[in-house]
Amino acid sequence: MRVALFVTCVNDLLYPDTGRAVVTLLERLGVEVDFPAAQTCCGQPQFNTGYRHATEPLVRRYATAFDGYDCVVTPSGSCAAMVRDNYPRIARRAADEGRGEELTEALAGAPRTYELTEFLVDVLEVTDVGAYFPHTVTYHPSCHGLRMLGLGDRPRRLLEAVGGLELRELAGAEECCGFGGTFAVKNPDVSAAMGRDKVRHALDSGARVLCGADNSCLMHLDGILRREDAPLTSVHLAEILASTEERPYRPKEREKVR
Amino acid sequence: MTDTSGSRAEILRRIRQALTDVPAEETPGDVPVARDYLRVHAPRSPRERTDLLAAHLTDYRAHVHRTEEAGLPGTVARLLAEHGTRRAVVPAGLPGAWLAEVSGVEVVSGGGGLTAGELDAVDSVITGCALAVAETGTIVLDAGPDQGQRRITLIPDHHICVVRAPEQVVDSVPQALPRLDPARPLTWISGPSATSDIELDRVEGVHGPRTLDVVIVTAQSSA
Amino acid sequence: MSGTYLGLPSFPRAAAESTRDTQLRANLTHATHTIRDKRAVAIGELADWPQLRAAGAQVKDRTLRHLDHYLLQLEAAVTEAGGTVHWAADAEEANRIVARLVHATGESEVVKVKSMATQETGLNEALAAEGIAAYETDLAELIVQLGDDRPSHILVPAIHKNRTEIRDIFRTRMADWGRPAPEGLSDSPAELAEAARLHLREKFLRAKVGVSGANFMVAETGTMVVVESEGNGRMCLTLPETLISVVGIEKIVPTWRDLEIYLQTLPRSSTAERMNPYTSMWTGTSDGDGPKVFHLVLLDNGRTDTLADTVGRQALRCIRCSACLNVCPVYERAGGHAYGSPYPGPIGAILTPQLRGTDNELNASLPYASSLCGACYTVCPVAIDIPEVLVHLRERVVQGGPVTLRGTRTTIKPARGHAAERAAMRVGSWTLDHPAAWHTAQRLALRTRRLHPERAPGRTARAWTDSRELPALPEQSFRDWWRQRRKTRENGGDQ
Repeated sequence: MRVALFVTCVNDLLYPDTGRAVVTLLERLGVEVDFPAAQTCCGQPQFNTGYRHATEPLVRRYATAFDGYDCVVTPSGSCAAMVRDNYPRIARRAADEGRGEELTEALAGAPRTYELTEFLVDVLEVTDVGAYFPHTVTYHPSCHGLRMLGLGDRPRRLLEAVGGLELRELAGAEECCGFGGTFAVKNPDVSAAMGRDKVRHALDSGARVLCGADNSCLMHLDGILRREDAPLTSVHLAEILASTEERPYRPKEREKVR
Repeated sequence: MTDTSGSRAEILRRIRQALTDVPAEETPGDVPVARDYLRVHAPRSPRERTDLLAAHLTDYRAHVHRTEEAGLPGTVARLLAEHGTRRAVVPAGLPGAWLAEVSGVEVVSGGGGLTAGELDAVDSVITGCALAVAETGTIVLDAGPDQGQRRITLIPDHHICVVRAPEQVVDSVPQALPRLDPARPLTWISGPSATSDIELDRVEGVHGPRTLDVVIVTAQSSA
Repeated sequence: MSGTYLGLPSFPRAAAESTRDTQLRANLTHATHTIRDKRAVAIGELADWPQLRAAGAQVKDRTLRHLDHYLLQLEAAVTEAGGTVHWAADAEEANRIVARLVHATGESEVVKVKSMATQETGLNEALAAEGIAAYETDLAELIVQLGDDRPSHILVPAIHKNRTEIRDIFRTRMADWGRPAPEGLSDSPAELAEAARLHLREKFLRAKVGVSGANFMVAETGTMVVVESEGNGRMCLTLPETLISVVGIEKIVPTWRDLEIYLQTLPRSSTAERMNPYTSMWTGTSDGDGPKVFHLVLLDNGRTDTLADTVGRQALRCIRCSACLNVCPVYERAGGHAYGSPYPGPIGAILTPQLRGTDNELNASLPYASSLCGACYTVCPVAIDIPEVLVHLRERVVQGGPVTLRGTRTTIKPARGHAAERAAMRVGSWTLDHPAAWHTAQRLALRTRRLHPERAPGRTARAWTDSRELPALPEQSFRDWWRQRRKTRENGGDQ
């Protein structure tokens, strides 16, 4: 099976550890992963802000970049949903507006895109990935994974099988964290109010780690956590699953901006 | 009267212009409607159906009383007495036997002739119904002879409604509609008047009758 | 606060203020969470909910695709049953028709059942200008009217007020409109409801003209349906001599049988009940029972423009249950007033810009009043894909394109105020379509990471950093790590 990693633009630039964790995890599970360098961004920021026409080249690029693979894996429910739900819509509208069937045809040949937990549970049929992460964790299910992809309890089942991990319930788990792409800057007050409520619930859970499967949501929540100096660390699910007793999770070694 | 036929033509023109994507040969029946929802949400015996009606009416704060035919006049008399009723109104077609044991109450028959103000001075109203829906806890009035005009069940603060079981009880909304005549004025009643307007929390009792007594009458030794 | 919607600020500016109102936030959180949980229980009782939801959407689609046919069928049926049908192309015409009909009765006051359509047309203000007093009789509408306020929720227009605030309005304002509030009125909901009962009863008993909307109109029979809880609807629909119903043209269902779907889905989605306390159905006029005269005013007011948009059209399926408001995290925090329309929340964010157009700042901001979380779509009993329409309307705002305005097809230009964003999106798309350029941009960003200021300049950046830290930048992008790893491996090393 030829598996391609779609790392996403946010992870590529801001959260490379998540991409590395996916590679580590999949290779540990015997999957050979490739990273086609022609990939960039799924176009969700443009599309969701109303720039559908500007998204079309990125749809074409995605189809070309992953052409020839059996499937694509991405550590982002939001980007997976963009590809699966919105790409066909964009292609159809392009045809309706007289720009031909080119996008539709390109997508017809493209491999299926899986969000990471779908790939693990549905394709590899594994929930115990041999991970070890001795911390209290609470999980925020991001909206697009939850409602557009219908990830259901897949992330939870994966987390429950992690050695040493204690999962804490998150109140109001299914409520949006308030990121929402450009929503975060177009409606900053509502966005921040939603984020602060999510953070409060996460802190109330008593967990020390806030886990998610979408770094864009975590970027927003982490920004609030650090602004408030809250005793909670945000970690992408892939990094927890990649962590083992032999090679445990190490917090990001990052240039401190301040 | 000013002529609004200009707007009639204009609105119809706008609609037809808006629907140019709909093929000219398409008829309404060509647009699929899958009615694969349930007609009834559980199989029930007549007794279970009546029990469910009673439970759901009670759930929404109606007072449910069960009696056999012979006990109906006594039940009606008792409910009026308990409410402290001095004047009651009944539709012209209400069976006289239902009131046989009522005493000390002035009963006005065929109250549709009363003004709203006069009805406001009436304590109770007693009616039958067209049917009742078990799954939703609803009784339906269709202004039949034993129900009367809509206003008489609206203005008095106390409504006693008699439901005959099992024949007037259906399971569900899909079963109710075919038994009702849309040409008649219909009032579907599910419990006493209520509001959720304060903090989205339900409170019983605003403008309609604040006390709803539903008397479910079963024939002798039947369900 | 005044009752009109003119000159209101854009959604973000209004929401900036309302999200800081802790009393409002507490009221909304309490109310929406109460109803949200109840709704889930009510829907859980029906195993065939997905089928009812799909059928509810399909019946509405059938209606909309053949709306001219059904309107004519309805008109014939209502006329046959003794009613009179009027057609109003816009709000002003609807208000004019109603005022004329009221004048013709010789009356100068009307009692009103809660109606979204007349809220939308501003009927009360129009009638007041004609010397006609319109009394709202729904408890929440009464609270709004007495408080000189605007509604903030479709089902519960006074949701932004808690019981204490409502008591204060009753105490101070009821006397100005009729019977004063009882002495020593407390804030218990039962006492407040009783106060409203006493205050309104005198109006019901003397009313000669009633004004209503309708939840459904059945084309084949001409039957009108009003779904309510308090009994004020029954009062307005049965006691007056003249009844005038103002109803949007999309409120049609084709057949009597179709009601079996919506009478199951609407109450459970709306007040989370198996059935609302009162549903009134009437067909024209009846001898000796109810109003002697019945007028139906069919309202367009932007609905045909909405119908012309094949993506946005689905908003016309809406049965005004307000389930989308009750689950919306944005509505819960911003409150209904921020939407500047009788239709707040997710449905308002797609309905208002379609009914009114996107040519002012407020209307153009509404499609962005959502994080696209999708909770609204999940609960919608007629499966309106609200996020899809939101994104579609964002396109209309920033890209422009073909639309229909007041029945005329036209092409609109992109809204002003998005030029910088549009340019940035173009550059962004170009860069992202050229991986080498993207790689260069990444490297530049990461190499200069020490130089990035703590609080970035510019309005957009400030919008982020006012409440959140920026993400710290890593030393190396994933792309560079992968490239380096591959080189190492090719040279025989391990990572």
